[in-house]
Amino acid sequence: MLTLSQVTKRYPTGDRALTDIDLTLPAGQVMALIGPSGAGKSTLIRCVNRLVEPTSGSIRLGDTELTRLSGRELRRARRAMGMIFQEYALVDRLTVMENVLSGRLGQVGFWRSFLRRYPADAVTEAFRLLERVGLPHAIDKRADALSGGQRQRVGIARALLQDPQLLLVDEPTASLDPKTSRQIMRLIRELCAERELGAIINIHDVALARQFADRIAGLRAGEIVFDGRPEALDAETLTTIYGEENWGEEEWDTQGQAADEASSSSVEPATRLSLATGGAS
Amino acid sequence: MPVSTTTQGTPIWRLRTTRAQWLGYLAWLAAGCLFLLCWKVISDNTMWVFVEDAGRQGSDLISRMLPPEWTYAHRLWKPMWDTMNIATLGTVLGIAMAFPVAFLAARNTTPHPLVRSAALLIIVSSRSINSLIWAMLLVTILGPGVLAGIIAIALRSIGFVGKLLYEAIEEIHPTPVEAISATGASRLQVMSYGVLPQVLPAFAGISVYRWDINIRESTVLGLVGAGGIGLQLNAAINSLAWNQVSVIFVMIFVTVLASEWISARVRHAIT
Amino acid sequence: MTRQAMARAGQWRRLPMIRDPRLRWGLALGGLVYLLLALSTIDVNWARVAEGAGRGLNFLAAFTQPDFVSRRGDILDGILESLTMTLTSTVIGVALAIPVGLGAARNISPWPVYYLCRGIITVSRTFQEIIIAILFVVMFGFGPLAGMITLAFATIGFMAKLLAEDIEDLDWRQVEAVRATGASWWQTMNHAVQPQVMPRLIGLSMYRLDINFRESAVIGIVGAGGIGATLNTSISRYEYDTSAAILLIIIAIVLLCEYSSSHVRRWTQ
Repeated sequence: MLTLSQVTKRYPTGDRALTDIDLTLPAGQVMALIGPSGAGKSTLIRCVNRLVEPTSGSIRLGDTELTRLSGRELRRARRAMGMIFQEYALVDRLTVMENVLSGRLGQVGFWRSFLRRYPADAVTEAFRLLERVGLPHAIDKRADALSGGQRQRVGIARALLQDPQLLLVDEPTASLDPKTSRQIMRLIRELCAERELGAIINIHDVALARQFADRIAGLRAGEIVFDGRPEALDAETLTTIYGEENWGEEEWDTQGQAADEASSSSVEPATRLSLATGGAS
Repeated sequence: MPVSTTTQGTPIWRLRTTRAQWLGYLAWLAAGCLFLLCWKVISDNTMWVFVEDAGRQGSDLISRMLPPEWTYAHRLWKPMWDTMNIATLGTVLGIAMAFPVAFLAARNTTPHPLVRSAALLIIVSSRSINSLIWAMLLVTILGPGVLAGIIAIALRSIGFVGKLLYEAIEEIHPTPVEAISATGASRLQVMSYGVLPQVLPAFAGISVYRWDINIRESTVLGLVGAGGIGLQLNAAINSLAWNQVSVIFVMIFVTVLASEWISARVRHAIT
Repeated sequence: MTRQAMARAGQWRRLPMIRDPRLRWGLALGGLVYLLLALSTIDVNWARVAEGAGRGLNFLAAFTQPDFVSRRGDILDGILESLTMTLTSTVIGVALAIPVGLGAARNISPWPVYYLCRGIITVSRTFQEIIIAILFVVMFGFGPLAGMITLAFATIGFMAKLLAEDIEDLDWRQVEAVRATGASWWQTMNHAVQPQVMPRLIGLSMYRLDINFRESAVIGIVGAGGIGATLNTSISRYEYDTSAAILLIIIAIVLLCEYSSSHVRRWTQ
């Protein structure tokens, strides 16, 4: 359904973010995209809906060539792709309902959207989606009054209100705690299954990727270095993607330790800093 | 390196290196000379005889101002009402013009860099020119009256509101804007959903703040004929009726304090 | 029906900002009535406007060919006077604003001093520079000295208020840390308060320099020196090409000031 061929992105600074990416995503498949920070994961999914302009190559969604679209056609193509963001990207000062309804912006005129006169079927659908993600009681709350997990649910509802064929998901769990992360991933997974949606999910957490994706692609320095089923991802391939590290270690253990270290060391620099500013005079 | 070692090998700490220290001294010396030079220009253009007389003049002025001629106050309600209207209508008009200019001037919402330069030019011109100068000009064009005052206040407000607003627009979170664009929204829709809610509190605060400044500015526009209480002030000064001037001062003082209090309360409630 | 049930049925409207409908409509009506009343006070003499319209066009046209030459002596003197007034008044004003600002900070000054300093700030901020200029011209005679004192006085109010606010919300732990070493009041000021407020103080002084220059261009109208007198004369004589030249110079200097102040601010941080 989605086909990328020879997609390259070079930033004006000369940095190559993506080099000759070839990727095909069949309908209904959930693919996790893993790789170190700066490998080009975000750039890749932003190239698909053209929030970032690819330098060369072709991206096809169904029969449409996305790279050549502009103006009205680009907006129509974007409607078919829902996007979910790392920091939820909700408009904080709007209510939950307004945020969800903003998924329909591509289909209503300016004045209707400005005066918040959405068609009844959009409102019904928005409310149904809010019920599906478990937030029907929150319609009139402001987005910034919600917890992280709740906000991400609103973000998901907004993306689905577009009635997309494809979900682009950018680090959905990076700002969430482990339990909420699992709930959110499970929700995305279920919704994809219900609606036979394809999805590309950028994710840092390899364990989550293994648990919830049909397929995993590994990106390193702008190139795909692994593409296969989650079972095929072993210590060796992780080394090719992320570099040398003891991948055999129990994952929760090392993470727990790192967190401990981070929290204990975070106190010390703070005091050092204030001493330094106090003495700088 | 602020820490150096003496010949005996004991380290000494100084705040700055010798070179930086000398540069600092030189800068201070240069600034001092400049200040003295400026002082000399002023002193050359001053009649020192009058200055020696200043204390007596001042006490004379105060004795003429007191007691204020309170009965004069009832003739000031209408001019005061005019002053408020000049400030309020001028602010409304200025905001209406500043709003689009700010969107054209903000780096992240401008349609084209050239448009941005033009918008910035409008903002800086409006900011540089005091409302009193605008009023002088407009009085020669439109004739004396409230209208000239309103437009003068509006023209001066464009720059102030425009500058603060475009800075607020440049500071918004980019991710909601990205998210709204990703839904396939049009440019105007992205502005109204992604940008506008984020800058609305700042916009309201800036507007109220400018309104309170405008009340203060509109009290003097009458000096050049642009309506409001300044007209009475001018007349009273010209006829040396200092006990009326003091009544006007009290009125201005109270009004400005009240508007400042209102504006501070509103801004506090918004944020 | 609750809003949730209505939303399920496809009925949804944005919540109004003011919940109480009577208050909402009352405010809207009040605003409308005020607007109508205020607009009705504008009396326009259309014949006069028609007469002046030509002048307005002349004024705009003057910007395409500003005349720097025919009154260059007056312009030069005026600008020089404005600049000197700006500089001296800012230096003196800031120097005087520091003690007033310290006195007006609730957390470090005793009550009588606090009220006195707050009083000075309020008076200085409430009256427009031009009103103060009128009084000082009466006292000190025509000329730049009255202007300089006016601007210095206005600077005190502006700077002292912001300085006092800065001191009121400075990081108190640092002050305590310095005090704990046994430092005296002056040492505490120098080591704990000054480093925290200094960068903003410099930034604000630069900003005030800019404001003082702009104000110095108008207080000449009442005889307090600077370019204002020249500008006023040229406008009232309808010599718009000279006015345009002066305005362009003012804009250029303000731009220069802004540009250099952003540099100074970067350099102090």
